[in-house]
Amino acid sequence: MKKSVKKKNLGKIKGFAIRFIPYSEIRDLNSDERIKKILNIVLGNVILFLQGKLTSSEETRLIGDTMAMIEHIKNFKGIELAVISGNGRDSLFEKMKRGLANALSGGDLGAITIIGPATIVKEIKKNPKKIELLLNG
Amino acid sequence: MVIKIFKNFFKRIFSNIFKNKKDIKLGFYGPPNAGKTSLANRICKDFTGEEIGSVSKIPHETRNVQFKEKVEIDYKGKKMVFKMIDTPGIATKIDYEDFLKYKLTKKKSKTRAKEATQGVIESIKWLDDVDIVVIVLDSTENPYNQVNITIIGNLVARKIPVLIVANKIDLKKSDSKKIEAAFPEYEVVGISAKYGENLEEFYESIFKLSKKV
Repeated sequence: MKKSVKKKNLGKIKGFAIRFIPYSEIRDLNSDERIKKILNIVLGNVILFLQGKLTSSEETRLIGDTMAMIEHIKNFKGIELAVISGNGRDSLFEKMKRGLANALSGGDLGAITIIGPATIVKEIKKNPKKIELLLNG
Repeated sequence: MVIKIFKNFFKRIFSNIFKNKKDIKLGFYGPPNAGKTSLANRICKDFTGEEIGSVSKIPHETRNVQFKEKVEIDYKGKKMVFKMIDTPGIATKIDYEDFLKYKLTKKKSKTRAKEATQGVIESIKWLDDVDIVVIVLDSTENPYNQVNITIIGNLVARKIPVLIVANKIDLKKSDSKKIEAAFPEYEVVGISAKYGENLEEFYESIFKLSKKV
């Protein structure tokens, strides 16, 4: 009994990689292409750190497409997703400054989006002060 | 005779416009097991005598969007008619093995997981067709979940009024202040859908939001 549990756990992760992608890699892509690119990376057992963040509608589509893929791709159980950005309590001047910088760069470069396959990333624990990635053992 | 026909025609058109305007589509969104159906049931039971759907401790009990038409909420002498839309919980991952812990068979777990993924897709589609959204969060859980932030961000982008409900305030671990801190720009109402606690404040907020529709 003990042996079979051990075997099962060992079989869960066969290896993974962590990849950082600068925002420039997705800046010129449309929403379809961005989501496709992200999901292709994640499906290769890669935890992705993306500079910047997707729009809320892109994030929603990412969730929808993920659900559709769970049905069609064997052993794919979904993703874990988190975005680290400003705490939203900046002063008006800070907000304006950030807004201008975002407009010039084409995205919120101060943010980081973390996306990992659920088979590898068990949970992304987030609170205002820290973010923790818990991996499946 | 002709005048009478015209009069009836316009009366019918105007009454229909007025009637449709009064039926506000109220969507219940949130992560699985937060208590969306429990809250929708509580409201429907109070005002129609019937429930909208079944509830369970097993996540993803609601796997199809459920409706209840013509729910007239009567609060402090004011009346409003709602179409209640109870949606499946939105998640980024669904693993059939999680359902095995609840003693479901492998076959039933796999079916539940498949239906749950379709339910999430259906929930997302319905975002296009709601007037007001109640985001139901479990106040015993960490609110800094990206799914919550994504849903709220999406509703803001669509200019849909949002009310956040911190459910399960009857539980010891409940911390609705944490939800208020996570979403300082939104009104948060702490309730217990199970015991009907603080629903007065909830109805007050819903009526206030309805004016924005």
